[in-house]
Amino acid sequence: MKEIVILSGKGGTGKTSLVGSLACLAENKILVDCDVDAADLHLLLDPQARSQNEFRSGVKAKVVSDRCSGCGVCVDLCQFEAISLSHVAQINSLRCEGCGVCAHFCPEQAIILEENYCGNWFISDTKYGPLVHAQLFAGEENSGKLVSFIKRQARELAEETGADLILIDGAPGIGCPVIASLASVDMVLAVTEPSQSGWHDLERVLDLAAHFRLQSFVCINKWDLYPEMAQTIEASCAQRGVEVLGRIPFDPIVVACQIQGIPVVCNEQSPAAAAIRQIWQDLRTR
Amino acid sequence: MQIAVASGKGGTGKTIISTSLALCAPGPVQYLDCDVEEPNGHIFLKPDLTSRERCTVIVPQILEEKCTYCGKCRDICRFNAITLFAKTIMTFPEMCHSCLGCFQVCSEGAIVRSEREIGVLEAGMAGNISFVHGRMRVGEAMGVPLLKAVKKKADQEALVIIDAPPGTSCPFVEAISDADYVILVTEPTPFGLHDLKLAVEVLVNFSKSCGVIINRADLGDARVEQWCQQQKIPVLLKIPFDRKVAEGYARGQTLVKIRPDLRPFLQALIQKVSA
Repeated sequence: MKEIVILSGKGGTGKTSLVGSLACLAENKILVDCDVDAADLHLLLDPQARSQNEFRSGVKAKVVSDRCSGCGVCVDLCQFEAISLSHVAQINSLRCEGCGVCAHFCPEQAIILEENYCGNWFISDTKYGPLVHAQLFAGEENSGKLVSFIKRQARELAEETGADLILIDGAPGIGCPVIASLASVDMVLAVTEPSQSGWHDLERVLDLAAHFRLQSFVCINKWDLYPEMAQTIEASCAQRGVEVLGRIPFDPIVVACQIQGIPVVCNEQSPAAAAIRQIWQDLRTR
Repeated sequence: MQIAVASGKGGTGKTIISTSLALCAPGPVQYLDCDVEEPNGHIFLKPDLTSRERCTVIVPQILEEKCTYCGKCRDICRFNAITLFAKTIMTFPEMCHSCLGCFQVCSEGAIVRSEREIGVLEAGMAGNISFVHGRMRVGEAMGVPLLKAVKKKADQEALVIIDAPPGTSCPFVEAISDADYVILVTEPTPFGLHDLKLAVEVLVNFSKSCGVIINRADLGDARVEQWCQQQKIPVLLKIPFDRKVAEGYARGQTLVKIRPDLRPFLQALIQKVSA
């Protein structure tokens, strides 16, 4: 079984549109949306939830007001500026990291730790195969843990069903959800766009993949918006020994398909779709 | 006054808007790039970076000669950053959230401060814009402490423009938490709308005033605008797709350089949201 994660560094370069299309093209796979705080893959794949489950992780501190003497010990100990005092201690739960230090040292035992319900996760059926996805509640932390969790679910499902491939839509950036999505993958496909920003962010994502000794491939989306930059990116990839699998042209049909809620490869006329088919032909044999 | 430019969805145009807002500001202005994972503001504003500080967080280092292997530090750590086997104790600095609980519980004085570098903070001037950004170290998972360090540089006397990271989880929340007004940049697509709704949900929880800029306004449908109307969220500006803008952006040019005619609109926008 192979695991491929689609990343980009910079947001909005076309990860989800590409994964939606690869979902149509690849056979016998499990799909995973690891962009758990702004998940969009479901908008293309029309999933029917088979199961919905709560994701609980970590704890949040809570003050039992009638036990609190207002001594302020917790305020001084908290490294996250999550506690303030107005007669009794008040906890800003969005700042609370759940370290439990306040509860441990409270002389009145007035702070309790409650398990944190921070999102939902789903196993769904789509026309293109099972999709494991999640929604972290707005403003929550622990996105890395949720990513690790749904990836584990996907792996179990893949073993049960004998899938050959796990195809993962990653988050933008290079931080905790991205690092979590890299665990145990076989390769990274980085989607970039021919701009200074796209290139800058691609370099950081390729550095990250290299840091974890992962093999990367690149594709350049909307390459014809700035062909010289596409060339610069290709040269820079060649220099670091990363193969550029393909270029996808700017194509308004991509947006039209997104509005219809279908992957772009479903459109026979789309030049972008033709390029994506070619990229998949190449990638599947790696 | 702090204006945060955020989006939910990545790649909608936060940086092209926020850098040009900074360029259109009437008085003293500061630009804080809070997307520490992938900072891009410097590509457009081309600041002369004159200061550079390492940004570190405190992590424990255990002096084995003093350690009695009592296990109290391991027990208080909720992040699995300390492991104890019979007579060996190990720390995992990358798991540590710097809560300092272990320092507090150790009665042997066996834990001393060490540090983990999470990135660098760089600052300088871009014309008359005071520029600050954080660059997270590649391989580091936690961007929030660096983001907080960038925000600590906020100049109370200036108009502060915050370029926020994408998403709606903790880095986004930290970036907008002190803003007086939040501009959400979106695109008129189902992805844009879906992520805009999530971002607005957070802002409502924080009772933040917000307005929307629709970028590439003609590449999509009317649902974003209709939704904004229903929710009574002002649409501050609509910028149609323009190949010239896409190309100029790709080269690292600012929006007001490519479209000088937008300058009065951005100036009016600053005035409107500052009021």
